[in-house]
Amino acid sequence: MREMIISELSQAFQDIARSFAHFLPRLIVMLILALIGWVIAYVVRAVLRSILKLVKFDKLSENAGASQLLNKAALPSATEVVSRFAFWVAWLGFILLGISVLGILGLQEEIARFFLYLPRLFVALFIMFFGLLAASFFSRAILLAAVNANMPSARVLSVAVRSVIIIFVLSVVFEELGLAEQTMLVAFGIAFGALMMGLAIAFGLGGQHLAQRFLEKKLIREKKEESEDEFSPL
Amino acid sequence: MTNNSRGIFRTEQDLAEESFLTDDFLRQLINVGEVDILVGLPTHNNAKTVGAIVQTIQSGILRSFPRERAVIINADGGSRDDTPELVTSISILDGRPASHLNSLRTLHSVSTKYASSPASGTALRTILAAAELLRARACMVVSPESVNIQPEWPSQLLGPVYRDGFDLICPTYRRHKFEVILITNLLYPMTRALYGLKIREPYSPEFGFSGPLGSSFLEHNSWNDGTDGAGAELRLTLAAITGKYRICQSFLGEKLHVERRAADLVAALRQTVGALFSSMEPDFPVWSVVQGSQPVLSAGADQEVLLEPLRINRKRLREMFATGVAELESVFQAILAPATLAELQQIVRLEEEEFQYPDELWVKTVYEFAASYRKSVISRDHIIQALAPLFRGRVLTFLKENRNSSAEAIENNIENLCLEFERLKPYLLEIWKSGE
Repeated sequence: MREMIISELSQAFQDIARSFAHFLPRLIVMLILALIGWVIAYVVRAVLRSILKLVKFDKLSENAGASQLLNKAALPSATEVVSRFAFWVAWLGFILLGISVLGILGLQEEIARFFLYLPRLFVALFIMFFGLLAASFFSRAILLAAVNANMPSARVLSVAVRSVIIIFVLSVVFEELGLAEQTMLVAFGIAFGALMMGLAIAFGLGGQHLAQRFLEKKLIREKKEESEDEFSPL
Repeated sequence: MTNNSRGIFRTEQDLAEESFLTDDFLRQLINVGEVDILVGLPTHNNAKTVGAIVQTIQSGILRSFPRERAVIINADGGSRDDTPELVTSISILDGRPASHLNSLRTLHSVSTKYASSPASGTALRTILAAAELLRARACMVVSPESVNIQPEWPSQLLGPVYRDGFDLICPTYRRHKFEVILITNLLYPMTRALYGLKIREPYSPEFGFSGPLGSSFLEHNSWNDGTDGAGAELRLTLAAITGKYRICQSFLGEKLHVERRAADLVAALRQTVGALFSSMEPDFPVWSVVQGSQPVLSAGADQEVLLEPLRINRKRLREMFATGVAELESVFQAILAPATLAELQQIVRLEEEEFQYPDELWVKTVYEFAASYRKSVISRDHIIQALAPLFRGRVLTFLKENRNSSAEAIENNIENLCLEFERLKPYLLEIWKSGE
């Protein structure tokens, strides 16, 4: 009996030792991959940071309004955020590659899914950035045009345009990421519909007196201006 | 066939291939042959006024240049009222049966449609290309809205080029004291401070220029910067200054328009201030070393001012200035220094009687806009648009300051503003270089 226990125990230790001996090289490979990945990710971050500084990415991000969001969230500059993001994605990629070498069942499938998801993540980030840029550009263009045309509530108009573009961009981003597609679609539909309906009600009912005053002012002013000269800039 | 400066003969086909001019226009130009005098007339739906203007030009040419070969080039921007037909069909004898003027040469009139919508830069480019092709020695451009054009204008704008060897003739006019406020409050003082020459009207629809200056300006980079040659008239003046061409001014008398109207301020700013700001970057080596300013030789009076009363809606100007400063705060934060923006916000709070946009603050504002334009802190077109409400504030101050002023007092005020632009030039250089 005693011999049997000893024999089983030694068998178990031998199996563990064999498994460990079999596993150790894989672990070393994983660690080497993680180390190589860190070096590559570090280089990627440094190169990307230089490129982004060269193309004045911070200014572009400032124009897009992304820098303001980052400031509010106490995050570093856009260049720093993007380069750090690239560093972590690259390093995480190598770590996951290393983990897949370990041959742990179940994890491999998840890792493969992660790698398949990466392009979608990049496309979503790309859409988000240029969407914010477009929202900022068009809202400012509307603001300037409205102010120079002496239209009332120029800022409200500009904010409305910005909001509509951002809502649209967010819905596209979520769709690209495959997150809550139906929810986002419905939310976008509701938000857009509510905005349009709100505007219609505001102009039709809520803004009745304002619209009346605006029209009166406009008509009266136009009458007055007939008898006034305009300054000629050129 | 025609020959270029090297004496190599070029065929009609060669010319068509290397020019942006239409084949038909090239053919017409080749039929005209070489000329001494060229008058450019850019038009767009000017049938009401163009007839009298062409007759006056013809009369002026026959009077002052009877022996010279001359041509009138009409560059039309898609008129729908037969303006081009009117230009080419009008003869000096039309409506003037007792005319005693006789030409020793044929006075040609050629018309071309450069586009289906008007663009002053493209019109000028067409005229310059025609002048180069016809090897014109002296050229002038006339506005189709100059209803009070005099037969002396060709002599005044072409004479200094043709007879005295000048390259650019800028006009001066007798104007109402509240006209061309953009020129008196920004373009004149700023170009004077930057480039060191006292040219009263650096941007004008009328001017004279020499063949060599025209040819050199045709090669200018600004034609390919995506602006469709906007503000080409101002760029020509700046090109003449930086190219060290000989410049003089000529007094043309009173300037009348078909009707007094508020030109679109933003469009006017794009044409002039946009052109000036975009020229500052390539011209930096020239203007950064200029100190003070020198007078330019003038024929006739320098500038005359009319003082008749003019009713302008001051309340609206103040309202638009105040709205602009309040609503565009986020835009100004990107363009202006915090101290400048704070001062502007203080001005907004002033009562109408106390309202004043001082010279120093106005100059700093303009210089900060120029530096921000160079750095493209936001879209360059947005920077120009953002200047419009601030300019209205400046206009209001100018109107208030000069409401009851004499011509001499107004001139003094403009001179003081010019000196302020010159005094603060080191500030411009400082902010221009910051962040390089």
